[in-house]
Amino acid sequence: MASVTYRNVTKRWGDVEAVKDLSIEIPDGEFLVFVGPSGCGKSTSLRMLAGLEEITEGEILIGDRVVNNVAPKDRDIAMVFQSYALYPHMTVYDNMAFGLRLRRTPKQVIEERVRETAASLGIEQLLDRRPRQLSGGQRQRVALGRAIVREPAVFLLDEPLSNLDAKLRVEARAFISKLHQRLGTTFIYVTHDQTEAMTMGQRIAVLRAGELMQIDTPTNLYDHPNNVFVAGFIGSPAMNFFDNSALTEENGVMHVDTGFFRLEVPQERYDRYRPYLGKKVIFGIRPENIDHPDYQPAGIKPSLTEANVDVVEEMGHEKIVYLEEGGKTFLARMDPRAHVTVGQRTSVVFNMASMQLFDMDTEQAI
Amino acid sequence: MTTTAVTPKKSPLSTTAQGPGFNWRRFVLRIPLHISLLLLVIAWILPTVGLLISSFRTREDIMSDGWWTVLENPLDFTQYTLENYDSVINNPNYDMARAFRNSLFIAIPATFFPLFFAASAAYAFSWMEFPGRNTVFLVLVGMLVVPLQLTFIPVLRLFNDLGITNNEYLPYLSIWIAHTGYGLPYAIYLLRNYMGSLPREIFESAFLDGCSHWTAFLRLALPLSIPAIASLVIFQFLWVWNDLLVALIYVGGGKYAPLTYALSGLVNSLGQDWHLLTAAAFVSMALPLVVFLALQRYFVRGILAGSVKG
Repeated sequence: MASVTYRNVTKRWGDVEAVKDLSIEIPDGEFLVFVGPSGCGKSTSLRMLAGLEEITEGEILIGDRVVNNVAPKDRDIAMVFQSYALYPHMTVYDNMAFGLRLRRTPKQVIEERVRETAASLGIEQLLDRRPRQLSGGQRQRVALGRAIVREPAVFLLDEPLSNLDAKLRVEARAFISKLHQRLGTTFIYVTHDQTEAMTMGQRIAVLRAGELMQIDTPTNLYDHPNNVFVAGFIGSPAMNFFDNSALTEENGVMHVDTGFFRLEVPQERYDRYRPYLGKKVIFGIRPENIDHPDYQPAGIKPSLTEANVDVVEEMGHEKIVYLEEGGKTFLARMDPRAHVTVGQRTSVVFNMASMQLFDMDTEQAI
Repeated sequence: MTTTAVTPKKSPLSTTAQGPGFNWRRFVLRIPLHISLLLLVIAWILPTVGLLISSFRTREDIMSDGWWTVLENPLDFTQYTLENYDSVINNPNYDMARAFRNSLFIAIPATFFPLFFAASAAYAFSWMEFPGRNTVFLVLVGMLVVPLQLTFIPVLRLFNDLGITNNEYLPYLSIWIAHTGYGLPYAIYLLRNYMGSLPREIFESAFLDGCSHWTAFLRLALPLSIPAIASLVIFQFLWVWNDLLVALIYVGGGKYAPLTYALSGLVNSLGQDWHLLTAAAFVSMALPLVVFLALQRYFVRGILAGSVKG
């Protein structure tokens, strides 16, 4: 059990800065997810914590101890790799016992822990098999088991679900969340998949090009993104952005004008937005806040307009509708009963209570 | 969709042999290839078969007609004899048994040492960070171009100065060192390519599990490189076993001489005694054959080492 602290950590390879001045405090027992597109530095951040990469500048602490110069094996961490990195020539039992044997754990203790862990993961019948005789899902559990038996202070997971098929991935997600609850250990999880991040993380750190864009709980990231990148990265389908929108105020009513829509801004935001009156802004709204007027959720303040239907994707529980207006395509998640057909012109309502505005230059939320 | 449901039920044999999937055009086009391969194999094996049969025939038979005459009645065992083997092995004048033992004393350490050192070096070149790593590796591999004949005089002088040659307690020390040195560049080159292609994450995982470089080498790199090591064992063992030149330089004749030396001596002294020469040749071939047959499934994999993961 231990907290983890990144203190102004920078990683450079020659001229390339993979991680820039990263500072995060992860309290003991938290499930933190690093998320971002490939090349954003999330794996590098994790590998620096594991001791597999040198830290160019700054400090990483596990508990109260600075670990910059501590060997990986002495950091009291265990890691699950994307490829699982099982030892191919050893049985499942030996794979799990390997780390304990190297630490000279007594034989009975090893036996006990391995069997207990295997039982909790549902792999006790596989202990005599070798990795190549296992399915992807089973390998993944063995990799988890190998980390668990070590009883480390911090678990590091580097895209552990990427090699699983979609159905197994959903199961494994719940499984890892439960595991975290049961063990109560600090988990640090790296993924490029925002769904994994949202469903598993207690807090999510969004990275882009080595920089921490925002770190917060899933709900806060979703509802209050700090900038255009986080707003667009979190959520699927992604948020709709209307560049070059204008903010206007007439007769005490504020509107956001995309050039082809004029939508009313909720009153409680007037004060916050007033400095941007007459300036260009980016207007953002999530697809689920655009709906068909017949099925708009109760209790919202709708702003009605019209658009052409371009594509309709029937999902069963909803319709993803590609709408087009003024040369701009945007998405709406409509009620499955909504009657929309391709080529038709339809009425749509915007739930403006959930609108976002961003500065055109800095891309920061207003 | 019935066709897709039915096809998997057919055995792969039936589809290739007479099923619609059999590619006649491909088969016909490959006939010249098959014939030339077959001819090559026959040309390669025939002399050895002749040698083997001759070694079981009496002196008179060999002198009177060719070995192929036994093929008229191959199961007539009266035409075969084990006497030739008995005399080359047990006759103190020839004493192939002692030469065989000497060859073993030379070949086993001269296979083990270069492989062990090469594997250690290959591990270091693959997985340890140290300055000049690539330069040292390139220099070592560059040694492949040095002809070993060039090294005899300086190395032998050095060994003499150090008192390593003709050492009565370790008579083979000089040839062990020599073979180790001659074998290292290629062994390092092959093993480094193989070990370097093992997944990095396995080693990272091992270091997190508590491995030092030494344990990672012994418990992971070595067992995972067995295909490459096995093929090197074959190469190195066969090369040392069949070597006459290096043995002549560093061991010379006398009671420590290996099989190759004894055999070449027999060619001079028994030039006309084909029945004994063929038997002696087969004594010297016996062990390489066993080694090769025992490890041959690694052989092809070893040749491909580095390009395909084992």
